Amino acid sequence: MRLEGIAAQVFSMAAALVLAPLLAGWVGQCRAWLQNRRAPPLLQPFRTLHKLFHKEAVMAHEASPLYRAAPYVVFACMLLAGMIVPTLSTDLPLAPAADAIALVGLFALARLFISLAAMDVGTAFGTMGARREMLIGFLAEPALLMVLFTASLLSSSTSLARIVESVSRQELAILPSLAFAGVAFTMVSLAENARIPVDNPATHLELTMIHEALVLEYSGRHLALLEWAAALKLFAYSCTGIALFFPWGVAHARDHVALALALPVLVAKLAAGGVFLALIETTLAKMRIFRVPEFLATAFLLGVLALLVHMLLGA
Amino acid sequence: MIGTAAIDGVVAVVTAWLLLGMAGAVRPRHFGFVARVLFPASAGASLVLAGLAIGAIPAPPQVSILPLGLPGLPFHLRLDALSAFFLAVLALASAGISIFGAGYFRTGEGTAPGMICLQYHMFLAAMALVLLADDAYVFMVSWELMALASFFLVTTNHRVPEIQRAGYLYLLIAHVGAIAILLAFGVLQAGTGDYTFQNMRAQRLPPFAASAAFLLALFGFGAKAGLLPLHAWLPEAHPAAPSPVSALMSGVMLKTAIYGMLRVTFDLVAAPLWWWGVVALALGLATALFGVVFAAAQVDMKRLLAYSSIENIGLLVMGMGLAIVFHAYHMDSLAALALTAMLLHALNHALFKSLLFLGTGAVLHATQERNLGKLGGLLRYMPWVGWTMLAGVIASAGLPPSNGFVSEWLLLQSFLFTGGLPNPYLGMLVPLFAAGVALVAALAGYVMVKFFGVIFLGRPREERLAQAHDAGRLERLGLLWLTAGCVLIGIFPVPVLDLIDPIPATLVGHGLAQGGRIGDWLVLAPVSAERASYSPIVFVIATLALMGLAFVLVRRLFHGRVRRAAPWDCGFPLQTARMQDTAEGFGQPIRQIFEPFFRMQRELPTAFDTAPRYRVTVEDPLWHWLYLPIARVTDRVSRFIGLLQRGRISTYLFYSFVTLVALLFLTQA
Repeated sequence: MRLEGIAAQVFSMAAALVLAPLLAGWVGQCRAWLQNRRAPPLLQPFRTLHKLFHKEAVMAHEASPLYRAAPYVVFACMLLAGMIVPTLSTDLPLAPAADAIALVGLFALARLFISLAAMDVGTAFGTMGARREMLIGFLAEPALLMVLFTASLLSSSTSLARIVESVSRQELAILPSLAFAGVAFTMVSLAENARIPVDNPATHLELTMIHEALVLEYSGRHLALLEWAAALKLFAYSCTGIALFFPWGVAHARDHVALALALPVLVAKLAAGGVFLALIETTLAKMRIFRVPEFLATAFLLGVLALLVHMLLGA
Repeated sequence: MIGTAAIDGVVAVVTAWLLLGMAGAVRPRHFGFVARVLFPASAGASLVLAGLAIGAIPAPPQVSILPLGLPGLPFHLRLDALSAFFLAVLALASAGISIFGAGYFRTGEGTAPGMICLQYHMFLAAMALVLLADDAYVFMVSWELMALASFFLVTTNHRVPEIQRAGYLYLLIAHVGAIAILLAFGVLQAGTGDYTFQNMRAQRLPPFAASAAFLLALFGFGAKAGLLPLHAWLPEAHPAAPSPVSALMSGVMLKTAIYGMLRVTFDLVAAPLWWWGVVALALGLATALFGVVFAAAQVDMKRLLAYSSIENIGLLVMGMGLAIVFHAYHMDSLAALALTAMLLHALNHALFKSLLFLGTGAVLHATQERNLGKLGGLLRYMPWVGWTMLAGVIASAGLPPSNGFVSEWLLLQSFLFTGGLPNPYLGMLVPLFAAGVALVAALAGYVMVKFFGVIFLGRPREERLAQAHDAGRLERLGLLWLTAGCVLIGIFPVPVLDLIDPIPATLVGHGLAQGGRIGDWLVLAPVSAERASYSPIVFVIATLALMGLAFVLVRRLFHGRVRRAAPWDCGFPLQTARMQDTAEGFGQPIRQIFEPFFRMQRELPTAFDTAPRYRVTVEDPLWHWLYLPIARVTDRVSRFIGLLQRGRISTYLFYSFVTLVALLFLTQA
């Protein structure tokens, strides 16, 4: 393991930690502008985190150690996810530790812990949130796997770094299988990141909330970690999307010029992605919870279709 | 002649088990002797067996002939890599189960403890003999012994009518399966009259006969494994048995059926056809999906686990099917990958399912309750059981860094890179099965959150749960043993895969290690590092380091103050344990999405009910479409045959006379 690699890894961790709340803030700003509201400042998520970290954590009498550990587990999982996805460089020491399937496993592990923690206190909303989160999870997870499988088959490797390298080496062309996979991935990302039309991150309306119901009992530093983890999740998903579909500009091994350019390129891509997300969220209405399985089943079928198209056309 | 030390050792362990069982029968009511002496001794024997079996996997096959049985029909035994691996599975799981059993079995549960001890050890010995058998005769005798011993164990509480019914159904399906296995052996010996496996290996069967043998074996062993549509006994029998027995049946006995399938397909027939693999893949996927969907709808914790076992058997059969497809097309490195994935999953399932069943046993003893709707919040009262079960739950959900994830990862890898298949339709079909596996794996996570969340988290749904006591010392030891297995295999999979490697090398002629190394202790890379790699140890260390870093930094930079208060719950003033999701509530989305899978009966309250009642029962549709019609037809046929029975001696003499005349006529003509 070279020093350079470790430096790249630490740098990508720092980038994830800083860029994730910024991305969340940017999406919030874009949404506000699109809805003719005055936007909060870009750094608003950091201010919220700062405020929450300073507050004391209030916990239910019944809360078990699982409840206290869960925010740390979820945060570590999401940060690790942000570090595994090749955001800036494909030359990451941690990349061989986890491939695309392990990345999905990492998201699933975080989901398991947050759902169990939500059930821990034994409130009506907590268990409801856990049930809905797992419902979304079991439909979104195979869809995400299908998308990643399509990309893996294209580059005959499940390693994310290899996928980025092989996709970015191809000339710019819209592959039919990747087109299907892209739509499926967008749908999954919306569901997994608690976005409209599946969930509304700004809601506290009892009957519609999913993510907010999960973290309802949390406060203080635990809530701060969970909010940060949610931002990291959005960041990791965005970066996965970029890595799979727009990998141009990610630095390959030992390419110092590209590494210096990678950060501005990434920021530009994330900014564009944020605008896209805000547009989707503003133009769509939230679905009823019973429509969500259909939405995600569509994503799953699109993912399977992408796989089949790849098998049929070889592209 | 190669040395026979290992196989003699295994036979000695089997003998020791039988002796321990008989010692229990000598003093059946002496509880202390049975629980404190015999069961721990049995666990010791398991450990010895584990050592012998693990040592025997890379060794060349050893044969032994015991002068038992009928004259001219001695017991042929053989210990090769495949049987040694499954013996290791049996030994590793039973070591934990026996030591748990030492603390678990009580007096006053139907059968006397000494008799349970006898049946339990007969069961263990029979399973070991099934794995050692080298002729159809020993195999069938031990197979039947296994079925009978487990039947008596299932009906331990034989005064309960449902348990009698479950036992009967189990025995019935076990025998239907046994007949099919016997027929399969009949086909395999190809008219030579020699029923040793050695002879069967030497036969080159025509494709039709080979296919008949495979299908009969799939049916016969499928009946034991709980393959669709012969699964009906499993969710009845597993919950009926005492928990250590459920653990043994689910964790190990189902694997003997998988062993039988592998033995017939890859060893005795040796040249499988590609469409066998497709049959196995389709049946496996149907079984896995069915199992996991039904598991999500269950409200009885042991039935939930039984359905989850059906799901895992489905995954194993899928792995076998994939290996058959690859082997038939001579893509042996991929066949080796699929086979390795499946064998590792068999071991993993033995460990985590035993762990979960033992945990339910501890919960059952502490609360006398199997209904998920009456449990809850037990993590506070039973921390040992709860935390070890959490490890089992993570493994069962197939999440990193557990052992369940490693085998699922390998299975998905083997499904992914099928590009070289010469049959293009098959090449398209196989990734679709991968989609099915992904769906099943994700649903397993749902099931496990329901299972753990409803039992251990939240508030106790009944007052008396607050008096629940944690597992005893021996029970804890058993739970910890299995937990350690789950965690260690999850973190260090490569040594285990190295150990498994001789099996694909002998069965499909290619080991994973032949195409390079499976990986070093750090990184698992079964095909090549370019293609796919996973490093659980780095994964664990990175996650733990990030967690620790976050913890320390948050404490340092800010503070660690905590205030305890009543739960917030959006400010609702009245909060009771009854307001949490029940098991039915948690299963509701699954029941809605997969409605065609179920036969549901719902009783919904109306707005005007003074005492509103909500009830939903979920039934297996196959029961109505398949089993009841067959039962009706059997009933009618037997009534028709019953017309012959008049109960008068003269009538029977007349029958004999007619038969005699008919036979004389035939021999003359």
